[in-house]
Amino acid sequence: MDLIRTRIRDLRKALDSKEISAVELCGEYFKRIEAVDKDLLSYITVTKDEAMRSAENAQKLIDEGKSSALTGIPLAIKDNICIDGVRTTCASRMLENFIPPYNATVIEKLNAQGYVLLGRTSMDEFAMGGSNQTSAFAKTKNPYDLERVPGGSSGGSAAAVSASLAPAALGSDTGGSIRQPSSFCGVTGIKPTYGRVSRYGLVAFASSLDQIGPICNDTRDCAVILNAICGHDRHDATSAKAEVPDFTEKLGQPIKGMKIALPKEFYAEGVDEAVKDAVMNAAHELEKQGAVLVECSMPGLKYAIPAYYLIACAEAASNLSRFDGIKYGFRGEGRTFEELIRDSRSRGFGEEVKRRILLGNYALSSGYYDAYYKKALALKQEIIRQYNRIFEQADVILTPTAPTPAYKIGSQDSDPVKMYQADICTVTVNIAKLPGVSTTCGYTESGLPIGMSIIGKRFDETTILQCADAFEQGFVPVAPKL
Amino acid sequence: MSAYFPTMGLEIHAELLTKSKVFCTCSAEFGGTPNSRCCPVCSGLPGTLPVLNQKAVEYIIKAGYVMNCDISRFTKWDRKNYFYPDLPKAYQISQMPRPVCLSGTVNINAGGEDKIIRINRIHLEEDAGKLVHDDVNRVSLADYNRCGVPLIEIVTEPDFHSADEVIAFIEKIKLLLQYAGICDCKMEQGSIRCDVNISIAPKGSDELGTRTELKNLNSLKAIARAIEVEIERQEELLENGERVIQQTRRFNEQLGETTAMRSKEDAHDYRYFPDPDIPPIIFTEEELEEIKSSIPELPEQRVARYVDEYGIKKADADIIVGDKRVCDFFDAAITVYNNPKAIANYIIGELMRRINLGEADMDALKFGGAEFAQLVEYMQTDKISQANAKTILREMIENGGTPKEIADRDDLWIKEDNDLLAKVVDEIIANNPKPVEQYKNGDQKVFGFFMGQANKALKGAASPKAIQEYIRKKLSE
Repeated sequence: MDLIRTRIRDLRKALDSKEISAVELCGEYFKRIEAVDKDLLSYITVTKDEAMRSAENAQKLIDEGKSSALTGIPLAIKDNICIDGVRTTCASRMLENFIPPYNATVIEKLNAQGYVLLGRTSMDEFAMGGSNQTSAFAKTKNPYDLERVPGGSSGGSAAAVSASLAPAALGSDTGGSIRQPSSFCGVTGIKPTYGRVSRYGLVAFASSLDQIGPICNDTRDCAVILNAICGHDRHDATSAKAEVPDFTEKLGQPIKGMKIALPKEFYAEGVDEAVKDAVMNAAHELEKQGAVLVECSMPGLKYAIPAYYLIACAEAASNLSRFDGIKYGFRGEGRTFEELIRDSRSRGFGEEVKRRILLGNYALSSGYYDAYYKKALALKQEIIRQYNRIFEQADVILTPTAPTPAYKIGSQDSDPVKMYQADICTVTVNIAKLPGVSTTCGYTESGLPIGMSIIGKRFDETTILQCADAFEQGFVPVAPKL
Repeated sequence: MSAYFPTMGLEIHAELLTKSKVFCTCSAEFGGTPNSRCCPVCSGLPGTLPVLNQKAVEYIIKAGYVMNCDISRFTKWDRKNYFYPDLPKAYQISQMPRPVCLSGTVNINAGGEDKIIRINRIHLEEDAGKLVHDDVNRVSLADYNRCGVPLIEIVTEPDFHSADEVIAFIEKIKLLLQYAGICDCKMEQGSIRCDVNISIAPKGSDELGTRTELKNLNSLKAIARAIEVEIERQEELLENGERVIQQTRRFNEQLGETTAMRSKEDAHDYRYFPDPDIPPIIFTEEELEEIKSSIPELPEQRVARYVDEYGIKKADADIIVGDKRVCDFFDAAITVYNNPKAIANYIIGELMRRINLGEADMDALKFGGAEFAQLVEYMQTDKISQANAKTILREMIENGGTPKEIADRDDLWIKEDNDLLAKVVDEIIANNPKPVEQYKNGDQKVFGFFMGQANKALKGAASPKAIQEYIRKKLSE
């Protein structure tokens, strides 16, 4: 079977019509992983034995005519989502040998449908980074150019889907970690509204911003996975009790009259001309389909990066404190508790993680709290107000997903602040708890994908999916040659 | 007389009586095999999330009401960050700027004087685990069973000026929490713990001195002693022209001294910030009203009821209500035999006497209020003599059993056997002509002598009333 950019719905047909069995299907993917991933490095752990067992179980369901949307569908899961009995490393030496004794809620939900786990995809260590180069185990490459980064932090998931080493994957997004790698790797990824998907079992980076979401070949597949993983969870007090729609319900509906806002700050200096052009072309394409483009402004964007990094690092500093070498994970040496914990954390964490822990603890220190953390919370409120104002006159917002296409590995390492600035287009969506989908809208002259983001009102994923899908229907994606 | 006066404030931690822990469904019960009562959530595994136990919230609101606090309509939780091996998340979920309860008052009586102690705040937080240090193998072991047990922290204003006031307050708080069903207040199990902030200042001074915080106080006795010792220490420092350093001090009960644990300079920066995993709570008036109305009768109301409805003396009611276990026992007894006065008298006069003597332990009684009530009833209705009742109570304390079983087995019933009575009394009168003579000459006092002799000989086989009547009849013949 041809796996290249094969969509979930194509696989569903093939499985249900017995064109291929679930076991054969995941065997095909493992063959491709073996052939390609030694260069791409998208997986940290490949779970062949477990996969074969669950594929057999899935096949039984299919044979009994009891299959649901994801029965027998192989998926890759980012390595920060806990799976009972399967090593979950967060791409950190700290958790190199950590095997959770429990399942994340999303995994329980996927299991209920009989999905097949292909493996654990690489990421930036503890989801901190936008390049996958902070991974302690697999510094994933970009499938379109192995000298370039795949984006991050869900770079392994995006690269695996892009290179057809999985038909779809789960990622997590704290400041763009699903959308930016989707954009760099030429696939489609959605960060749902905060609270849509349970965070239970997602190793926390920044609890008020983290959200799990799918990375797929197109918007329609994203909708299928959202249908499986969304909903209130009693294990997560921040998961929303909002009604869960059928996320496919608006797909294919005309977008005539849909108001699309283009906040000018997202198209300002610092954004590559090629990116601007591609996104604007897409905007006009949507306009041709009857959408109405609305010019608007988000002056608060210039504060977004400091506000985001203060909040995210403060929460991360606290969330990552539990890794002390006492209970699980990497254990250093020392005669006293203080020595042991210092050594464990000094050697267990990588540079970027330590930088953010220091930054976060500094921002929360007595005497600095008001100047930094409290101010960041005030900025968060302001950004929310500015989004609300835009949504008074528009249904969705269209922006580039990242200021540039995928960059060369190593080219941004020297200046962390500059690297943080590259998150400018995505972080406000997390701050305001909004849903955002990134899909490919063009390619550079050298063939690198360019992504655009469509941002919606809280809990209005169906409209952004409708809009992204409307664009995709007239767009021909190009798969990487791997 | 000392030239200084002390000022103290308390921080009391009380574990709530909820069945499950505050952020997961593990049992919150005391003890258990180490690490048998924990799950991924309370042992802080990566990816797990806390979900607030609504019962714990209900309990702290009740605590607020019984201490006359203002209940915040908006409350939220914060993270208190510090590293310690007994704290698996490396932060404690607590409350900083928005505690559930603010500014309350509690009335106490210390040394006969009534006083109002002001409560600064009460907040809800999670307990930490326990470390066991194995000095032989030179390792420390962590037990997470206690991790996540719900705690309330009661912070008072610095309103105490003597150890007596502190003890009276803690005793009052214990009663309030026990009667409201909030905490069992077992100091020896650590379900209620108290830290004392203490400073001294020259008499007449308006300013407070530098304070120290006393920890590791495991009993009321230890608290009283530690306060005494620390006041002496601070006085000595000031007398010698030295100054008190702001620090945390541990009380060593064996040595009877306090030693420095850490000074202000080593104090942690806890980096408090709002916990993003737990949404704030907004209470409606209806919710608060419902919780308020579910608070059971409190000690003061109960004393008043016992006096008004049952006609029990105030001093006796105070004694019974002063120990929740005794009070529960009393309530159980009067449902079986509705004679509250007689039961109260026998509890105070006999049961508590033996408990005070150390013959029995209220926590491990082998019988309940119902059995005790039967015994009192038998006595009141002349089925068992007072002397035999005491014998039966001793047997019940030692081996358990019901009064009926014991009386049957040991033949302790009053038999109303007139022939036996006549025989015994006739014999006593025949053998004691002199007292008979005295009685007939108008000396009423010797009547007691005949009663005593008859009681002794009859061993409870006849009722005092029957004996009395028969003796009187015989002596007037």
